[in-house]
Amino acid sequence: MVTVEEKFPKIREGLLNPKVLTAGEGPPVVFLHGAGGLRWGGFLDDLAEEFSVYAPLHPGLHDPDDIRKVDTLWDLVLYHYDLFGALGLESPAVIGHSYGGMLAAEIAATNPESVSKLVLMNPIGFWLDEHPVLDWTAMSPDALVKAIFADPEGDIAKEYLQVPEDEEEFKDFTIARTWAIACTSKFTWPIPDKGLKNRIYRVSAPSLIVWGKQDALVPPEYAKEFSDRLVNATVRTEMLDGAGHMPQFEQRERVSGLVREFLKG
Amino acid sequence: MKVSMFHLMPHRELPDDFEDKYHSVWVDPPWSELADPERVGQYYNWTLDELIYADKMGMDGICVNEHHQNAYGFMPNPNVMGSVLARSTENAALVQMGATLPTTHPPIRIAEEYAMLDCISGGRLIAGMPLGTSADANFSYGIPPIVQRERYREAHDLIVDAWTRDEMFAFNGKYTQLRYVNVWPKPIQKPHPPIWVPGGGSSSTWDFVCEKGYCYCYLSYYGNIFATKIMERFWERVEQNGLDTNPYRAGFLQLVAVSETDAQAEKDYEKHIQYFFNKCMAVAPEFQAAPGYQDYKSLVNRVKQLSGGRAEQTGQWKDWKFKDFVDNQYVISGGPASVVDQLKDAIKRLRVGNLMVLLHIGSMPHELTLKNIEMFSKEVLPHIRDTWDDEWENHWWPEKLKTKAPAAVG
Repeated sequence: MVTVEEKFPKIREGLLNPKVLTAGEGPPVVFLHGAGGLRWGGFLDDLAEEFSVYAPLHPGLHDPDDIRKVDTLWDLVLYHYDLFGALGLESPAVIGHSYGGMLAAEIAATNPESVSKLVLMNPIGFWLDEHPVLDWTAMSPDALVKAIFADPEGDIAKEYLQVPEDEEEFKDFTIARTWAIACTSKFTWPIPDKGLKNRIYRVSAPSLIVWGKQDALVPPEYAKEFSDRLVNATVRTEMLDGAGHMPQFEQRERVSGLVREFLKG
Repeated sequence: MKVSMFHLMPHRELPDDFEDKYHSVWVDPPWSELADPERVGQYYNWTLDELIYADKMGMDGICVNEHHQNAYGFMPNPNVMGSVLARSTENAALVQMGATLPTTHPPIRIAEEYAMLDCISGGRLIAGMPLGTSADANFSYGIPPIVQRERYREAHDLIVDAWTRDEMFAFNGKYTQLRYVNVWPKPIQKPHPPIWVPGGGSSSTWDFVCEKGYCYCYLSYYGNIFATKIMERFWERVEQNGLDTNPYRAGFLQLVAVSETDAQAEKDYEKHIQYFFNKCMAVAPEFQAAPGYQDYKSLVNRVKQLSGGRAEQTGQWKDWKFKDFVDNQYVISGGPASVVDQLKDAIKRLRVGNLMVLLHIGSMPHELTLKNIEMFSKEVLPHIRDTWDDEWENHWWPEKLKTKAPAAVG
């Protein structure tokens, strides 16, 4: 059983108040979560068996005021260098899922030396007119479930979608989820194409792209966009069957194995 | 008491099965399936004629507003309508409720257009300063919800500075940077036209109007009974801010439909009221408030109160008849005497000095709208007009219209 701890590093003398979940021992790995918030699942447990895993909450998710102090994508990238510094991480491996994937790529592009290895899991960051990324800010819960799971009726989807039974806990859960989308969408609204295409060529870290083939939210066609544009990095792409937008849940074993092997290699 | 006619300029002829067949009245209703530009031209002209008629009949003000990509009310630029009204009316205040601050770029566009309206109308403008709905600002106009209020504040400061500062200045904002701000024209009204801020009950808007001393207009379609608690809290906030409780600090929008008798009102208006609530209000839930449209405090308040209040309001009118709408005061309707009684009660209970009445409702045809305007102006307005005036002065009304006697009617 993995013990997850909370860390509260101070950035800019306490102007910003991040919260980071951390577990495990070994070389450092940063996990940047998607737009809906951080859910520590089995995949991060698996990583924690041989790595020190750091999973920060995006700005604003812990201290609601923080989101007003990070205005632009550039501010957001620099915030992460400050955060790595406050955690004592020098050139960690960075894994980004969905929104976190876009962020990870921006961090690795702005300062290529800041990231030793890059894992992009169903990342956003580009736009193809013929394969539009669906608008996760305006989807009914039903439509979202169908879009993000290969098997929306399966046990894994059901477990993922479980909400607290207690009414007060459910309200807190609803607030946290809504606010997570509110804060992260500051950097993606209304179309998640904010110039990464001009910068991603700078990434030099060896990169692994993992994509659930049945992802209807961010269609798998984007995997090629990423691999084609990572011109200065060695890139491995893994397209996974039986997974949608959440491959680390629907294909946990496979994803854990691939990522661990890649990070050690 | 000042009473203004509000118009939404809705689609008047949506198909009977609209709400079953289409996803949403706002953001994504397909234009080509649902509308015809020639016919829509007729709607715009009816709308203008109805508002001009309200001026002739002696209404104190006429209101238009800004909304996008919808069949509920589509005046994407209220100042286009306002310019016609400025030229074609004589006595009514032009209540622009109004051009949306966070989506107009650069915001001095509003300072300019409002000043034009004030000049053309001879100083009859009331400057509405709306935040904009989520469907408009976020989904139709691409403004990130979480920055909408901050953009609003900044645009407001720029507009007021542009009107009131005599010298040219540089504006170094987060969302707008202008090296040379020197707006032509400037408004007739000094220091600037009265500012009204429409809102939906958010406490951060109350703090803003109290800080600035503006008129707060609660725009809701749930009627005056639902509004009672919200306006009570507004007045508490006013008192906490050490301000007087002058009723003219508050505006309220109420649907009103007058006919010869209560029975005739039901006959005249029932289907148009049902059309309004079942079709014009059929906004898909996901377009009603994007995550971040409410700031954190308001989000927490709303979710914590979910088991009661507003959430229950939505859609509960699906099978309502005329009587239900009137009993719940979503609509004030009936013969003149009954409407006067209902309105007097609402005005006093909410403590509202600047009343706005929606006299065109949903699918109401042009002739029936004219009838409603005429009956309201002749048989209701004279009975409520004196309310408050023995005690309070309306500081939120154009100066030149305060002294001018309204056109004789009745």
